[in-house]
Amino acid sequence: MIEIVFRRCIVVLPTLLIVSMLVFGMQKLLPGDPILTMAGEDRDPATIAYLQEKYRLNDPIPVQYVAWLGQILRGDLGISLRTEQPVLGLIVQKLPVTIQLAAFAMIVAFLIGVPAGIISAIRKGTAVDYGINVVALSGLSIPNFWLGIMLILLVSVQWQLLPASGYTSPFENIGQNLRTMVMPAFVLGTGLAGVLMRHTRSAMLGVLRSDYVRTARAKGLSEKTVILRHALKNALVPIITLSTLLFGELLAGAVLTEQIFTIPGFGKLIVDAVFTRDYAVVQGVVLCTAVGFILMNLVADLLYIVVNPRLRDAA
Amino acid sequence: MNRIKQLLLVATALVSASSALAADLRIGLQDDADVLDPHRARTFVGRIVFTSMCDKLFDINAKLEIQPQLAKEWAWSDDGKTLTIKLREDAKFHDGATIDAAAVKANIERAKTLPESLRKSEVASIDTVEAVDATTVAIHLVKPDASLLSQLADRAGMILSPKAFETGDFGQNPVCSGPYKFVERIQNDRIVLEKFADHWDAANFNYDKITFIPIPDSTVRLANLRAGDLDIVERIAPADVETVKADANLAFHPVTGTGYQALTFNLKKGDKDTFPIGHDKRIRQAFELSIDRNVINEVVGQGIFQPAYQPFPPTSFAYDKKFEGAQRDVAKAKSLLAEAGVERVKLEIAFGNNTASQQVYELIQAMSSEAGFDISLRPTEFAALQAALKESDFEAGQSGWSGRADPDGNIHQFVSCEGNLNDAHYCNEKVDALLDEARSVTDPVKRKALYDQVQEIIQDELPIVYLYYQPWPFAARANVKGFTAYPDGMIRLRGVSSEG
Repeated sequence: MIEIVFRRCIVVLPTLLIVSMLVFGMQKLLPGDPILTMAGEDRDPATIAYLQEKYRLNDPIPVQYVAWLGQILRGDLGISLRTEQPVLGLIVQKLPVTIQLAAFAMIVAFLIGVPAGIISAIRKGTAVDYGINVVALSGLSIPNFWLGIMLILLVSVQWQLLPASGYTSPFENIGQNLRTMVMPAFVLGTGLAGVLMRHTRSAMLGVLRSDYVRTARAKGLSEKTVILRHALKNALVPIITLSTLLFGELLAGAVLTEQIFTIPGFGKLIVDAVFTRDYAVVQGVVLCTAVGFILMNLVADLLYIVVNPRLRDAA
Repeated sequence: MNRIKQLLLVATALVSASSALAADLRIGLQDDADVLDPHRARTFVGRIVFTSMCDKLFDINAKLEIQPQLAKEWAWSDDGKTLTIKLREDAKFHDGATIDAAAVKANIERAKTLPESLRKSEVASIDTVEAVDATTVAIHLVKPDASLLSQLADRAGMILSPKAFETGDFGQNPVCSGPYKFVERIQNDRIVLEKFADHWDAANFNYDKITFIPIPDSTVRLANLRAGDLDIVERIAPADVETVKADANLAFHPVTGTGYQALTFNLKKGDKDTFPIGHDKRIRQAFELSIDRNVINEVVGQGIFQPAYQPFPPTSFAYDKKFEGAQRDVAKAKSLLAEAGVERVKLEIAFGNNTASQQVYELIQAMSSEAGFDISLRPTEFAALQAALKESDFEAGQSGWSGRADPDGNIHQFVSCEGNLNDAHYCNEKVDALLDEARSVTDPVKRKALYDQVQEIIQDELPIVYLYYQPWPFAARANVKGFTAYPDGMIRLRGVSSEG
C-alpha cells in the first residue's frame, strides 16, 4: 500500500512541474509590463531600471523561472508587487471567504433545486412541471452580474434590507456576515439550482419507475413515505456526486459574484492581480489552486484503492 | 411599568449606538490603494487615503493656491535657490514624537534617495536639506524651481515618522502625522483610520473613524451610497449623474479637475507617405477641427466633461481663454487636408477599454469621418495600453493625466524632448528652453507669459489634442455637511460632519 501511495506521489511531481511552467510562462505572454504599472504615472526611467533589476525582470525567462521555482520550493510565494503583503498570507486570508460563499451558494442551490426537481418529477407533464422547468432555465440563463445588480437595486437601494456589498468576517460579527452573504450566495446558487433541479428530476423519474417503488406502493405506503423515504434516498446518490463536482465550478463562478458584491475573496484577488500585473499574486494563486486540485485528485485516487481491493492489485 | 422602563433603556441604547455610528465615515473608492508609503505609492486612490492620514508641508486650496500645513511660514532667497521653512511647533507624529526640522530633512532625503522612491523626479531640484534649528528647515536647490512648493503640497511633502521608516515595515504599518491614524488594512476590502487626538487641528475633524472601501464598479458604488452603506463616493459615472441629482437623499459635488484626457499622436511612427498624420501638422490640425468637444461633453459626459483645449485647467494661473479656439469646422478641415495633398487619412486610435472612453472615441470616429478621417478603434486593457504608449506601438493613443497643481506638472514631461511621458516623441528646442525657463522663475505673471509662448507653438504643431478636463464627480449622502470637492480630486475632511 505504501508503495502504491509513493508511486502515485511520484507521478504527481511532473504534473506539478508542468503546471508551474504553464503558470509562469502564460503570465509572461500577457501584454503590459508590471514595472510600468509599478513605476507610477511619472514613469521615471531610473525607477524603472531599479525595479527591473530588483525583480530580476532583465534576466532571461528560464533564469527567472528557476529562481522563482527555487523560492517556491523554500515555501516562499513572494510578496505582492502592488501592496507588498506576503502572497501566502493573502491566500490564507481570502480563501476561506470564497469557500464560505461557495458553501452558502451550494446550500441555496440544494434548497431550491432538489425540492423543485422532486415536485417536477412527481407532477411530470403538468403545468407545475413546465413552470418549474421554465424557472430553472431562467436561473441557468440569467447572467450573474445582471441578477446581482438588480438584487442590489431592489433589496438594498429600494427596500434597504441588506447591505449592498462588502464582507464582514463571521468572527467579527456573525449576524452582519450572514447579511452580507445572502444576496451573493443567492446569485451564485440560482444558476446551480437549475442544474440540480434538472438532474434531480431525471434521477427521480428513473427511480419512480423502478420495481421497489412499485412494491412500496403495493404495500400500501403513503405517497409521501414512498417519495421521501424510498425514492429520494436513491435518487440523491447521483445528485451528491454531481454536487461535489459542481463545487469546483462554484469556486470559479465566485470570481464574477465577488466582483459585483465587492467580496474580498479569492476570485477578486486574482482578477485584481491580473489587471494590475501583480505577477507574484497571480502565480501564487494559480499555483495554489492547481496544487489543490491535483492533491484532491490524488486523495480520490488513493481512496478508490482503499475501498476497492481489485484496483489495489491492478496498481 | 418595569416593561416600559426596559423598553426605554433599549431605545436609549439604540439611539446612542446610532449616534456613535454617525461619527464614522465610509468612503467608496474606485480602486484599492497600493502600498501605503507616500514615497513609494503611485495610485490616485492612495493619495486620497494619505490626505487624511499624512500631513504635508503645504496644502492647496480650491483655487490651487499654496496653503500652510506643517509649514507655518516660508520664504525664498533672492536667487530663488533656497527655500526656508518655519515649521509648526505643535505637530506630532502618530507615535507621539514631535515633528522637527531633522524629521523633515530625513523625509526629503528619503524621497530623494530611497531606491524605490517614486518621488525622485518631484524633488530632483533639491540639492541639500539643512536643519537650521529645531523648527527651521533650509532647502537648497540645484537651480530655481517654481514648482517645488506644489510638489511639497503632495506626496513628496508628506512627513512620515523617521523612526517608523527606519525600523519598521512602513508600507504595512504607516506612521504619519495627519488627523487620522492607520488602524488596519485588508487588501481589496477596506482601509480603516481612526482619529488622532493629538493632531494640532483635531478640533476641526469631526469623525472618529474613516473607512475607505474599494468598489471598482461605479454602479455598485452608487448603489451602496443610495442604500446608505457609504457616505461619500468618488468618480460617479456620467451616466449616473441624473440619478444622483434626482435623489433627495444625495448631494452631487462635481469639480473640474487639474488633469485632462487627451489624444497623443505618435510622431515617430513611419514617414510622410506611410503615416502622414504623424509628419504633417496640417493633417493634425484638420483632425482637431473635425471634432466637437461640446458634443463629447453633452453626449458622453452628461455635462461634466468640460472641453479642454490646453493642458492647464481654468483654475491654474497658466490657463488662458485665448487658447480656447478650434471650434468644429469641417470645411476648413477638408481644405487643410487638400492643402496637405491627402483626401482620406487612416488612423488607429488605442484607448482604455471602458464604457466612457469607448463612447468618446466612437463619437470622434463619427465626427472626424465627415472631414476625411478613417478611424479604426483599438480598445486596449489599461496595463497593455500603458505598455503600447511606452513602446511606441500605437498611431494615436489616449493619454489621461490626473493633473498637478503647478502648470509645470501638466506640460513639461509631455512635450519636452527628453520628457518621461513624451509618448508623442515631440521635440522642439524652443519649447524646451521656454519650459525650463518657466521652471526657474517664481513670478506667476512671468511664468504665464512663458507658458503662453509654449502654447502658441504646441497648438500649431499639435502633438497632443486635448479633449476634456478630468472631472472629479463626488456624491455624498445629503446629511454630510461641509464637503467641498477640490480640483485635485482629494477628499479633505476638515470641517466635514454628518448631521442626523
